[in-house]
Amino acid sequence: MGFLRLQNVSKGYGASGSRTEVLRDINLAVEKGEFVAIVGFSGAGKTTLISLIAGLIKPDSGMLTLNDLEITEPGPDRGIVFQNYSLLPWLSVFENILLAVESVNPNWSAEKKKQHVEKYIAMVNLTAARDKKPRELSGGMRQRVSVARALAMDPQILLLDEPLSALDALTRATLQDEISRIWLEDKKTIVMITNDPDEGIYLADRIIPLTAGPNATLGPSFQIEIPRPRDRKGINHDPHFKQLRREIIEFLLNSKGQRQTAITKKLILPDIEPDDLAIPRATFGDRTKPVRRREIKRVEADA
Amino acid sequence: MNEAVANVEAVMEKAPTIPQKPPVRTNRETDERLRKIFSAIGAPLISFAIFLFIWSQVASHVKVNFGSIPGPMAVWKQAGVLWDAHWAERQKETEFYQELAKRRADFLAKNPGQTFPDIKYSGPPTYFDQICTSLETVFTGFLIGSLIAVPVGIICGLSRPFFNAVNPFIQIFKPVSPLAWLPIVMIMVSALYNPPHPWFEKAFLSSAITVAMCSLWPTLINTALGVASIDKDYLNVARVLKLGWWKQIWKIILPSALPYIFTGLRLSLGVGWMVLIAAEMLAQNPGLGKFIWDMFQNGSSDTLAQIMVAVFTIGFIGFALDRLMLLLQRLVSYDAKAI
Repeated sequence: MGFLRLQNVSKGYGASGSRTEVLRDINLAVEKGEFVAIVGFSGAGKTTLISLIAGLIKPDSGMLTLNDLEITEPGPDRGIVFQNYSLLPWLSVFENILLAVESVNPNWSAEKKKQHVEKYIAMVNLTAARDKKPRELSGGMRQRVSVARALAMDPQILLLDEPLSALDALTRATLQDEISRIWLEDKKTIVMITNDPDEGIYLADRIIPLTAGPNATLGPSFQIEIPRPRDRKGINHDPHFKQLRREIIEFLLNSKGQRQTAITKKLILPDIEPDDLAIPRATFGDRTKPVRRREIKRVEADA
Repeated sequence: MNEAVANVEAVMEKAPTIPQKPPVRTNRETDERLRKIFSAIGAPLISFAIFLFIWSQVASHVKVNFGSIPGPMAVWKQAGVLWDAHWAERQKETEFYQELAKRRADFLAKNPGQTFPDIKYSGPPTYFDQICTSLETVFTGFLIGSLIAVPVGIICGLSRPFFNAVNPFIQIFKPVSPLAWLPIVMIMVSALYNPPHPWFEKAFLSSAITVAMCSLWPTLINTALGVASIDKDYLNVARVLKLGWWKQIWKIILPSALPYIFTGLRLSLGVGWMVLIAAEMLAQNPGLGKFIWDMFQNGSSDTLAQIMVAVFTIGFIGFALDRLMLLLQRLVSYDAKAI
């Protein structure tokens, strides 16, 4: 069955003459409480897919349902964390989240709203930055606010659109752990879009590759049987992890029509001895002329 | 991963601390500082001195029918005259009211139960009264203009068809001079504004409306631009949160367009101040424009000097208004880079 279901969803852009089909025949079923990662190349249509689920755009054909209700417009039951945070720059961290809480629970008392907002600020470890404006925060902190805002709406499903792709590697790792922890605490249904297979495998229950666009569609789904909590360092040596990663990358590359890069030509390297910097410079005077690049000879690889 | 971070930190801690040398100012740095000070303070001072010199030279050589053009010193003297005249007038006013109070007391002592007529002091407005009138007029006009321009601008930014409908009028009316508007406005005002107890002088109202007509365009265009160029992501946030129409304008669109709106308001106030002088001259609104016109009619060397005082006053007030708007712009704007 599936909590979130996409049936034969297609979406294209442009007029009939120069039309590009971005997504074709997307079928997806996500169970309640499941963490699904969708991995694909940039430009494959990942953001289009998440926008469809969010209801920000309508499919050309096919149907999307959440909890057996058709998705026709955006709504707070699907909390979305945008790729570029989309925080309102004139509001503080608290006010940004409060705006979301107010629009979902307009009848709550002011005190209850405040407590609710503060609970989620604490959940993403930003209590110290409660009254800061987004521009005073680092990228990672902004993304946490964005996650807190989405979670504070208490959505039925959380949509993450490449949430960590704009962050540096260290912040990225920290936030991955944080998302993992929040998911374990909250057990929300999560659909995450990513361009990093490692990230998908580390975080998700199931990872599905999206083929290269145009006409992108979902590939086979890979169940990730690595027990939680997952160990970031240990996972690299897990044979299941290695195999999954190889299969996914292979699938993605094949979908692009590029088989694994194979060496077809062999270059003869010039016979140059690198200068020994330990030797004092005065003795450099009588060195032989270096070999120029144009003198490098090409021979076909004997395949 | 975390261990790696810990290692890096350990290394960082062990890194030898470089002994801090006291900063020694080299000759070159001193030169650099002197040059900066010179260019920030010295250059304007020198240019001002050159300006005064050229002015005084021109003044002493150009002969007009009532003598010579006043030089800087004559203008400075007239500024003092205007200042003294203001305080002399204030003194007379106080004396008048003291006298009035005394008479009233006398009258009421002799005729108990009767009312003493309320008489207002009717001395001529001083130069500073005229400045205040001008400021009142420009702010009234600016307020009227902004109250029209901001809402219309928002609708223009939200709706392309509406913008297309309004745009021809913007393009046609924007370049119209205040001098062309004023007669129309004056006729309209005298035809339509005839209450038994008028709150405003007609001349004041005509000038203010003319200022509004001429100054609303920058605000309108900037507001429309600001609203139209709002980040689509913010609108997506509004859609996900299902904000109502009013809340979307109030919470998302207005704050996002605020920097643009304030840039527009700043330009508008500048235009309004420029327009005002011309409007006051023609409408005979008792402000700086009328002052200049009256002094021109007097036609003496002293009054020409007073016109020059007015020119500098207008310049300085215009500059102050611009700074004031910039301050407001910085206060409300989330964009700290506003210049």
